[in-house]
Amino acid sequence: MSVIVFAETWNKKFKKSSFEAVSYASEVAKNMDLKTIAIVVGGSEDLKTLEKYGANKILSIDNIELEKLNNNQLSKLIINIFLKNNGKTLILSNTNRGKNINSQLAYEIKADLITNAIATPKNYNPIHIKCKAFSSKAFILYECKSEKNVISILPNSIGLQENLVTSEIENFSEETIEDNTINIIEKQKNSNQISLTDADIVISGGRGLKGPENWTMIEELANLLNAGTACSKPVSDMNWRPHSEHVGQTGIAINPNLYIAIGISGAIQHLAGVSSSKKIVVINTDPEAPFFKAADYGIIGDAFEVVPKMIEEIKKIKNL
Amino acid sequence: MNILVCISVVPDTTSKINFTESNTKFDRNGVTFIINPLDEFCLTKAIFIKESLGANVTVLNVGTPENDSVLRKALAIGADNAIRINSQSNNSLSVAKLMANYIRSKEYDIIFCGKESIDYNGGKVPGFLSSMLSIPFINACVGLDFENEFLITKNEIDDGIQVCKCQKPIIIAGQKGLVQEKDLRIPSMRGIMTARTKPLEVINTENEVKSNIRTISFELPEQKSLCKMIEPENVNELIDLLQNEAKVL
Repeated sequence: MSVIVFAETWNKKFKKSSFEAVSYASEVAKNMDLKTIAIVVGGSEDLKTLEKYGANKILSIDNIELEKLNNNQLSKLIINIFLKNNGKTLILSNTNRGKNINSQLAYEIKADLITNAIATPKNYNPIHIKCKAFSSKAFILYECKSEKNVISILPNSIGLQENLVTSEIENFSEETIEDNTINIIEKQKNSNQISLTDADIVISGGRGLKGPENWTMIEELANLLNAGTACSKPVSDMNWRPHSEHVGQTGIAINPNLYIAIGISGAIQHLAGVSSSKKIVVINTDPEAPFFKAADYGIIGDAFEVVPKMIEEIKKIKNL
Repeated sequence: MNILVCISVVPDTTSKINFTESNTKFDRNGVTFIINPLDEFCLTKAIFIKESLGANVTVLNVGTPENDSVLRKALAIGADNAIRINSQSNNSLSVAKLMANYIRSKEYDIIFCGKESIDYNGGKVPGFLSSMLSIPFINACVGLDFENEFLITKNEIDDGIQVCKCQKPIIIAGQKGLVQEKDLRIPSMRGIMTARTKPLEVINTENEVKSNIRTISFELPEQKSLCKMIEPENVNELIDLLQNEAKVL
């Protein structure tokens, strides 16, 4: 048997969450005394890097373009490979693509499905896994008794563990299953360079910034720190920023190492999307803003004075 | 057109979450229950479709009689009829199987579910339904339009939006974007009155499905230590703390 991991690519490159999934899989495989097999659909420029995170074998399906598959076609493809390789556990990232396929995968291979896993199993026989729930207000420890399981891990929650091995790479072709029920006709790329779920640092702005024209300084700060940019709900509702940047209960949930909230009061719906960030900095003029209660570091002050100073200080430490 | 909206009943967003029986049970005490907010976007979209193109909108829930008040609210907002499958099931696989058994006996063009519930956040039911019913599904759907007999959907992908042309029937796992927050409706007095006479059917079933997944315990996050306040003129101190204490820069 083996532990199979779906190593997702974006434009033929792995993102951090894929390395995280591979290192998670190799940790699980070690504890089960099994080998780790990584599946890459559509090839990748940097296949070899999966060695560093413990993939004993890399199966690269080169003839299919990942971006062109609908969820049905992708899950069927992965199920076939999982069964052919006598898979026991399937690991993937709880990214949008992961979420598109994880329940179909689990159902078809008759496996227990765990989503939002935030740690490697505490126990292996049976498996015990801690997961995020209640929109970050609590955690649940689950036990899975089925012989097979699918574990969908929350990006940025486990981190990268290096575990260098020598990988055997196998390039091959697979047939795509015909499926006309869903036809992808267009992709509209976000303008932001860094994916929010993947970003180590996220700079987020709220209504306190007074208008979309004032995001220049947020973007400058984000650029310096190689950070993603996000916003609160009112900001996306007023179309100051695109919906794809809205973090919170009805937007996306993130858990970066550092979340800097500028001019955001910290309503409970906003916290639902960001409170699992490892460190939170809040900058707000209102000393009563509820966000300070959830923050690690706070500045009561005007964003228009504090942010330019931050940019200046960061330039200093980066020797710019 | 027949539209089904699957609804889960969840603790109100602002609820304080507590557990009892040595952290093995969710404490319902003092908690207000509401329509899962992501399902509410779906319900509102279904009503928009009904108003513009004509449709029959059914809401479906798997749960206990306590959920009936939430289903009545869905009827007051504009659904035509409600079905509750009477069950204490609390695992996604079982809930999906009960729903699938019901859906199989009917014909729906669009089956909406919220992309996840705000309590367990599993996001499993729409995909399970898709497999069980062999009906394709669109996850994280933020837009839905009609083009002849096809549907044009927009869904979130990790680096943007994907536009698809889909056949019916389809399962749509929706969220904000299908409609905007300002479009959500508060039941009118007239809606509440008519909801009383709209059908709410309860289906009893013995087909509980045992899941191999069990909750061992719940855990609350660690209390954050007090926020360290820094004077606005000492931004350098903040940067120093982030670099050397928090080690995140």
